[in-house]
Amino acid sequence: MSAILLAVIGILVFFLGYRYYSKFIAERIYQLDPDYVTPAHQFNDGVDFVPTNKFILWGHHFTSVAGAAPILGPAIAVYWGWLPAFLWVVLGTVFAAGVHDFGAIVLSVRNKGRSIGTLANSLIGQQAKLLFLFIILILVLMVNAVFAWVIANLFITFPSSVLPIFIQIPLAIWIGYYVYRKRGGMLAPSLAVLAVMYATAIIASQIPALHIDVVSYFGGEGTTVLFGLDAVSMAFFVWIMILMIYVYIASTLPVWKLLQPRDYINSHQLILGLLILYLGLFFSNPEITAPMTNTTAATPWFPLLFITIACGAISGFHSLVSSGTTSKQLNKETDARFVGYLGAVGEGSLALISILAVITFFATPADFLNSYTSFAAAGDVGLGNFVNGAAQLATGIGIPESVAITIVAVIVVSFAATTLDTSVRLMRYIISELSHEYDVHIFTKKHPATLLAVGSSAALVLLPQGPQGFGSGGYLLWPLFGTSNQLLAGIALLLISIWLKRQGRNYVYTLAPMLFLLVMTVWAMGQQVFTEWAIFWGNDPDLLLFIFGAIILGFALWVIFVSLSILIRDNHKQTPLDMN
Amino acid sequence: MPNIQMMLKKALRYYDEVLRQAHRAEIKREIRDEDDLFMLLCFSEMLGIPNPVSYYTLECYPVMVERFHEWHLRMGMEKSPLDGIRCCC
Repeated sequence: MSAILLAVIGILVFFLGYRYYSKFIAERIYQLDPDYVTPAHQFNDGVDFVPTNKFILWGHHFTSVAGAAPILGPAIAVYWGWLPAFLWVVLGTVFAAGVHDFGAIVLSVRNKGRSIGTLANSLIGQQAKLLFLFIILILVLMVNAVFAWVIANLFITFPSSVLPIFIQIPLAIWIGYYVYRKRGGMLAPSLAVLAVMYATAIIASQIPALHIDVVSYFGGEGTTVLFGLDAVSMAFFVWIMILMIYVYIASTLPVWKLLQPRDYINSHQLILGLLILYLGLFFSNPEITAPMTNTTAATPWFPLLFITIACGAISGFHSLVSSGTTSKQLNKETDARFVGYLGAVGEGSLALISILAVITFFATPADFLNSYTSFAAAGDVGLGNFVNGAAQLATGIGIPESVAITIVAVIVVSFAATTLDTSVRLMRYIISELSHEYDVHIFTKKHPATLLAVGSSAALVLLPQGPQGFGSGGYLLWPLFGTSNQLLAGIALLLISIWLKRQGRNYVYTLAPMLFLLVMTVWAMGQQVFTEWAIFWGNDPDLLLFIFGAIILGFALWVIFVSLSILIRDNHKQTPLDMN
Repeated sequence: MPNIQMMLKKALRYYDEVLRQAHRAEIKREIRDEDDLFMLLCFSEMLGIPNPVSYYTLECYPVMVERFHEWHLRMGMEKSPLDGIRCCC
């Protein structure tokens, strides 16, 4: 079967979802009012609340939510064959993610631009706020650990990608100074830096001396280096430590010095990457070689698929962006459909191309099965398969494969690094806020809070043992990341459902994805915790994963209990959620 | 031809705005914090901190007083906290 056909079907369903389903939701369920005075106008302060053109806001929303996660999840989930991953990405985007992102904006707009966390506090009380903070804390901790592993893994697997990435850092700092001290523009210098990065990638891909191959510096695979650790384990350790030092500095510097210019350059890469991959797909017209369903899979797809692909199908992180910044800048309430729903569709398109890149990479179905031997192996090899598959697509527009591999690895590392920078900064804020709540004054300060964030993330990424030893098992945390992300989405959908109920509207369109998500989350996590990770009787005992899994499971059950009790017993109490 | 140039310029401006949007509010807040610090340094003598260049900074008074008014409202003080600055008696 042609991969183009699958891409066309996916894009067509996205289009129909936006054209008809989101219109129905906007008119009949959320009942958007073009004359409603949005918080951007009501509280216009020129900083947080600023009415913004819907096209600009959509671009912002899409670039904020799209990153490495919608690439990695689908690249792992194709383990069960391409059909389950494809259906979940496409239908999840149309019926869950779109409604969720769109609804979170509307809910926030109708409540003075308040964030989901504040709205949860108003509805359920102080306990909900703390629960919400703890869930986000776990989510960002998982993000930090998983993405540090992603970067370290790519640096080890594709050592030609290291130099272009490290060249970007000083150049981004220079752009920051140029823009904010010399009052220059950002577009031209950022494009120049991107050109320098890709030129370096092309040169590095051709000259092995420019590969920063830490494994070979330690004597190559199999060599014992220090304390019984082999070269690969040492390489993981070295890269993770370097990354943690980097994120400590990046997340404590003022935003204009490094974070903004790096994000700006990386956003070019997002757009360029999508363009290269979709053009490559249409020019090379590859055949799908992966099986439609993997009948040899030892781990059943149900319900694990729904936590393996979070971003790309539905992600709770989007509700933080929707209610945290997007809602405060919405010019007209009716723009929420375009910005929120189409933002989710944008991310769905990224997940779709990730699936297509992996399922067209292998020469035969047997090669695919040799690579995806188990669910754990899928976690380990998924990202590398995406990089190789995407590079193969890029050859369709004439980019040599060795160059394309380096450039795709650079793009994925850039996405992961942006996510890591933002996530550590966010974790620092949450630690400070929780420390305020519990009177732990030391962690209310910037540097101790960042140190705690970076230290705990480093410990977490180094603890799980992968097949390559110490530090190589970060991918084992992926189901925990997916679960906490889906849990957050479930809370956002719960709040939207309660709001709709209080408005006397049909809330089944948000309640159904909420129940589906929460049930799948609990089911999948329960299965992992009690049959896989359990210390005494599990198939693959792991104390660390068991503890984190049990905590997240406890949070999930609590959320379900609260959701049902509120939805059943809700008596239209006057809360901020009643306000129009 | 000029139309194409105009469209291209508009598209580039749009693209630039999209990419700047992500950190726009945070950077404005950082710049505002720096401005607040500078403003308080200008009026530091009124806070009891010796200011060797007060002769010059006082010249800024007419320009700064409006900004000072915005600042104390933003900080949750309805009236000016300094006797020397009577922006809202």
